[in-house]
Amino acid sequence: MSEKTYKPGNYPDLPPPPGTVGVYGWIRQNLFSSISNSLLTIISVVLLYYLINGIIGWFFLDAVFDAESKIACRKINDGACWAVITRRVGQFVYGFYPEAERWRIDITFLTMFIAFAPLLYPDIPKRKWLLYFSLFYPFFAFVLIMGGYFGLQKIEYSLFGGFMLTVILGVCGIVCSLPLGILLALGRQSNLTVVRTLSVCFIEFMRGVPLITLLFVASSMLNYFLPPGTNFSILVRVIIMFTFFSAAYIAEVIRGGIQAIPKGQYEAADALGMNYWQKTRFITLPQALKISIPGIVNTFIGLYKDTTLVVVIGLLDPLGIGRAALADTKWNGLSTETYLFVALFFFVSCFAMSRYSLWLENKLNTDKK
Amino acid sequence: MVINNNKSSKTVIQIKEMHKWFGNFHVLKNISLGVNQGERIVICGPSGSGKSTLIRCINRLEVHQQGDIIVNNVELTGDLKNLEAIRSDVGMVFQSFNLFPHLTVLENCTLAPIWVKKLPKKEAEELAMELLTRVKIPEQALKYPGQLSGGQQQRVAIARSLCMQPKIMLFDEPTSALDPEMIKEVLDTMIELAETGMTMIVVTHEMGFAKKVADSVIFMDEGEIIEQNDPKNFFNNPKNDRTKLFLSQILNH
Ligand SMILES: Nc1ncnc2c1ncn2[C@@H]1O[C@H](COP(=O)(O)OP(=O)(O)OP(=O)(O)O)[C@@H](O)[C@H]1O
Ligand SMILES: [Mg+2]
Repeated sequence: MSEKTYKPGNYPDLPPPPGTVGVYGWIRQNLFSSISNSLLTIISVVLLYYLINGIIGWFFLDAVFDAESKIACRKINDGACWAVITRRVGQFVYGFYPEAERWRIDITFLTMFIAFAPLLYPDIPKRKWLLYFSLFYPFFAFVLIMGGYFGLQKIEYSLFGGFMLTVILGVCGIVCSLPLGILLALGRQSNLTVVRTLSVCFIEFMRGVPLITLLFVASSMLNYFLPPGTNFSILVRVIIMFTFFSAAYIAEVIRGGIQAIPKGQYEAADALGMNYWQKTRFITLPQALKISIPGIVNTFIGLYKDTTLVVVIGLLDPLGIGRAALADTKWNGLSTETYLFVALFFFVSCFAMSRYSLWLENKLNTDKK
Repeated sequence: MVINNNKSSKTVIQIKEMHKWFGNFHVLKNISLGVNQGERIVICGPSGSGKSTLIRCINRLEVHQQGDIIVNNVELTGDLKNLEAIRSDVGMVFQSFNLFPHLTVLENCTLAPIWVKKLPKKEAEELAMELLTRVKIPEQALKYPGQLSGGQQQRVAIARSLCMQPKIMLFDEPTSALDPEMIKEVLDTMIELAETGMTMIVVTHEMGFAKKVADSVIFMDEGEIIEQNDPKNFFNNPKNDRTKLFLSQILNH
C-alpha cells in the first residue's frame, strides 16, 4: 500500500484494515486466531454435531408423546417416553387441586404478571394505576386460591402441589424476604445497640441452621412459639421459614452493598442537612441495592430451587409429584424423563430471573451511558 | 484586583479556644477564629495540619471536645436538636465532589431542597436551573455525574450546595483533584460566588485565588493557627519562619 502524505491536521479518518471488523473479522479473531484455536473450533463443531444429533433423536424424533404405560411406549419407539408427563401433566402443574377449580389457579397466575409488571419495570405506562392493582393483588390471589369467600369452594392446602406450589412458595418467599432483608441490613448497621444486636443474632442464627431443620421446625414445632389460639396452616409456616432464611442471606448481601458506598456520599448528604431516613431512602438504599442486584438475585434463585425441600415434610412439589408418578408400576423406571421435565421447569424460571437481573443492572448503570 | 463588597461587622462564625482530638491524637489546638458576614477566608498549610478537620468542625461533620463554636448564633453542642437545620445553612464542597452517582445533575441539586427545605418540586427545579446556569452548565442538567468532566462535576457540587441557599460556604481543596485545565473554570465560579457577597472559608493551595479573593489568609501547621493576615501582608512579609518556609515551597514549584 502506498503511504500518502498529508499536511499536518488534514489526516483523514481511514477505514480499518480488511478482516478486522464485521462477521468475517469476528470469526477470524475468535475462532481461528491460531492453529490450536482452529483445531479446537473444528473438534468442537464435530462433537457438537454428534451430541445434538443424538439429543434431538432421543428428545423428539424417536420420542413417544402418548401411550398407556412404559411398556406401551417401548413398543412404539425407543426414544424418550414423555407419556409419563403428558398423562399426568395436570398433577405436575396443579397437584391435587380439584380439576373443576383449576381455572382459579390459571387466573391467579396470569394476573400475577400484571401485578409484577409495575414493580419490575419502572418505566411502564400508567404505572401508578398498576401499582394499586399490585397492592390489591395479594388479597385477590389469596381469596382465589384458598376459596371460602364469594361462593368459591374452599380448598384445603393439603391438595396444593406441583409447579403451583413451587410458584406460591417461591414468590411469597421472594416478595417477603426482600423488605425483611433490607430492614435487617439496616438494623445491622444501626447505631442503636439493641437493634444491631437483635439483627446480628437473627441473621447469624438463620444462616447457621440448615434450611431443612427450619422446615421441620415449621412442620412440627412452630405452633409452640406462636401465641396460643393462632393456628397457621403448614403452608404459611413454611413460607415464614423460607422468608426468614433467605432474608438473612439478603441482609448480608445488602450489607456488602452498603459498605461499598464511599464515605463521601454520607458526608455530602450530612452537609446538605439530610436526616437518617432521608439518607437511607435517597442515598444508601438506591446505591446499595444496585450494587447488590447480582447477589440478591442469586439468593432468590437459591430460595426458589430450595422450595423442592418441602418434600421432606410431606408437601408435594414437582419432585414429589414426579416421585409419585415413578412409584406407579405403569411408569416404573422413567426417572430420566420425569426429572428432566422438572429440571426444565426450574431452569426456565431461574433463567428468566437471571436475565431480568442483567437487564436491570444495565438499566441502572448511570456512568458513561 | 481586590473584590470589594459591603461587609457588615456581623459575626457569623465564632470559634473560641477550640480543641479536638482523634483518640489520643491532638489534631486541633486552641483554635480561635471569628468570621464576619461576607468575609472570605483562605486556609493553607502542609498536609495533615488539620485544615480539613477545622472546617468540618464548622458544620459538625467532626465533633470538637473542648471550646466553643458558634455558627449563626447557635452554639454547636452535643445536645443540639436541629443539627440538620444548621447544616442546611452551611454549604460544603469537597475535594472529591461527592455527587450522588445514581441521580441526574438536576436531581442532585433538587433532592435536599425538596426533602430538607420542603420546597415544592417545581420551585426547586427552577432554582436548580438558575444555579446551574450560574455555574455555566445548564445543558448538563439531565446527565448523570459519571458523564461529566471533573471540573463540571465540581461546579455541579457547588450548585448543589447553593441550592440550599446557605449563608456560609465551606470549600475543602475544591480544585486539588482536578486536571490543570479544569482548575480555572472552578476557581472562576468561586470568584463569581465571592462577588455576590457570600461568606466563604476555603482550604486551598491556589495562592492566586487567595490574593485575588481573600480578605484574610490563615496558615495552619500541626493543628495550630500559626499566622493570620490580609493577603498582601501574608504573602509579602510573612512573620513566622514556618510560614516563610511553606510559602517558599509552594510558590517556587
Ligand atoms: N477520622 C480520623 N481519625 C483519626 N485521625 C484522623 C482522622 N481524620 C484525620 N485524621 C488525622 O488528623 C490529621 C489532620 O487531618 P486533616 O485531614 O484535617 O489534614 P489536612 O490539613 O486537611 O491535610 P490534607 O492537606 O492532606 O488534606 C492528620 O494527621 C490525619 O491523619
Ligand atoms: Mg484535607
